Amino acid sequence: MSDDHSDADDAPPIATDGGSSPSADDLDENVSHRFDRLAPTDAERTVEGRPSRATVLSWWEERFGIPPATFENHTFWEKGNGKLWVLAGDDADPSEVEAMGATVLRTRQEHWKPTTDAVQRFGHLATKNVIDLDLAEAERFAAGEDQDIERWDGDWGYLIAAHELPRETADDADGERAILGVGLYVHGELRSTVPKGRRRDL
Amino acid sequence: MHEVLERYRPIVDEFDAFAAAVERPLGKTVRVNTIKADVERVRAAFEDAGIAAEPTAWNPELLAVDTDGPGSTWPAFHGWIHSQEAVSTLPPIALDPQPGETIWDACAAPGSKTTQIAAMMDDEGRVVANDRNMGRLSALRFNAERLGVTNAIVTNRDARNYSLDPLAVDEFDRALVDAPCSGEGTLRKNPAALDSWSEGFLADVSGVQTDVLQRAIQATKPGGRVVYSTCTYAPEENETVLDRVLDAENCRIVEQELPIETRPGITEWDGTSFDPSVERAARIYPHLNDTGGFFVATLEVGA
Ligand SMILES: C[S@@+](CC[C@H](N)C(=O)[O-])C[C@H]1O[C@@H](n2cnc3c(N)ncnc32)[C@H](O)[C@@H]1O
Repeated sequence: MSDDHSDADDAPPIATDGGSSPSADDLDENVSHRFDRLAPTDAERTVEGRPSRATVLSWWEERFGIPPATFENHTFWEKGNGKLWVLAGDDADPSEVEAMGATVLRTRQEHWKPTTDAVQRFGHLATKNVIDLDLAEAERFAAGEDQDIERWDGDWGYLIAAHELPRETADDADGERAILGVGLYVHGELRSTVPKGRRRDL
Repeated sequence: MHEVLERYRPIVDEFDAFAAAVERPLGKTVRVNTIKADVERVRAAFEDAGIAAEPTAWNPELLAVDTDGPGSTWPAFHGWIHSQEAVSTLPPIALDPQPGETIWDACAAPGSKTTQIAAMMDDEGRVVANDRNMGRLSALRFNAERLGVTNAIVTNRDARNYSLDPLAVDEFDRALVDAPCSGEGTLRKNPAALDSWSEGFLADVSGVQTDVLQRAIQATKPGGRVVYSTCTYAPEENETVLDRVLDAENCRIVEQELPIETRPGITEWDGTSFDPSVERAARIYPHLNDTGGFFVATLEVGA
């Protein structure tokens, strides 16, 4: 076990809250210590500011090209302000549990931020906004360091960082993309968002 | 050898081999996390890093690695492996969880077996991972997320009077009781394991073990399987617990097929004899398979 087990992602670096609150004032307020299932669509929402399942699925598709069918057998839950969880299957609406599946996405801020664990689990299905790193870059990323990477000419914001593992060699060409985590790309710099407890010196 | 282990001289054949094995440090093993990778890819990544990783003879998904720090390697960073003692992989094998079932892991933290169970279920269905200790539960959550487990629900309660209230089901298909224990079997990994050993502790902990196992039998459906395991040799924490639970609950001990060499449970200790079916339980001594020490029994809930 490492000393730091918390995967509580550090404060989002480009947080600006209150993006798209719904117009209706008859919505309930979010209760932050309870798990609540996301409504299927925006129209069926009953809690202010809570994204719907449909919005979450289209976000993964638009941002990373991950098909909505990926989450066909999963449900999404909110606990805490904007912190979403992904659970295999469905369950009762439980009030007294510590965790339901895994944390997946931080919402209720302008730029939604996926977790390291979620992209390591589902990111291999991404077809865009994936930045491939060489070995030295991947090592810096895993150690939690920020680095200048000029060659990226795609979108700014949260990207999926990947490398090839095992590495492709001349006599053995089976290099395969392995997902490292989430990077924030701004102004020619890739910032690693790997949480402290998951950083490694490799 | 630690003097506490002298008390097992009457029940361990080849006691000298046992005593010698306990002194040897334990080799490192890692379990391949099949939720995120497969054995071939993990071995290739280790090979890339110049680390030999050989599948163990009895479990192809358990690799013996020639490094003390498998945690700072790419396979670990990617959540493709979990450092886990060989014997610790046995209870889930005995439990044999199936995708889609609902499984209770009553004493789950830090989650080595929870995550193995989730992987055996292809991360489908439900594993309810419970532990009374909140600090250890955060380690469990960390491990489950790193390994990509999405089918676990985590609860923080005393397993002795566990209520299924917040869950979608009112009984479990199977349950694992990987009980708190005196930990004698972990001496090869942790030479200080027995520093606070006492007879008084044995009496206390065997009460907890009995109560948790009873609750697991009650909460599991008729015909369902309950696995009981400890990492101790003490009959007070093993056969004695089984014997009491057989008396109190509608269940029986069944034959189990484990992939390693084991010895049967003992039917007599300290002047007390036990139900003969405790022989179906398995004792695992370090000299048999070059592992830590362990105990595992499989029970079936009566109709
Ligand atoms: C042997 S450890 C479990 C190891 C775990 N199954 C694994 O594979 O990683 C025993 C656990 O039982 C927990 N425990 C002790 N008494 C308990 C009780 N009454 N109810 C629930 N958990 C309990 C302890 O906190 C401890 O984490």
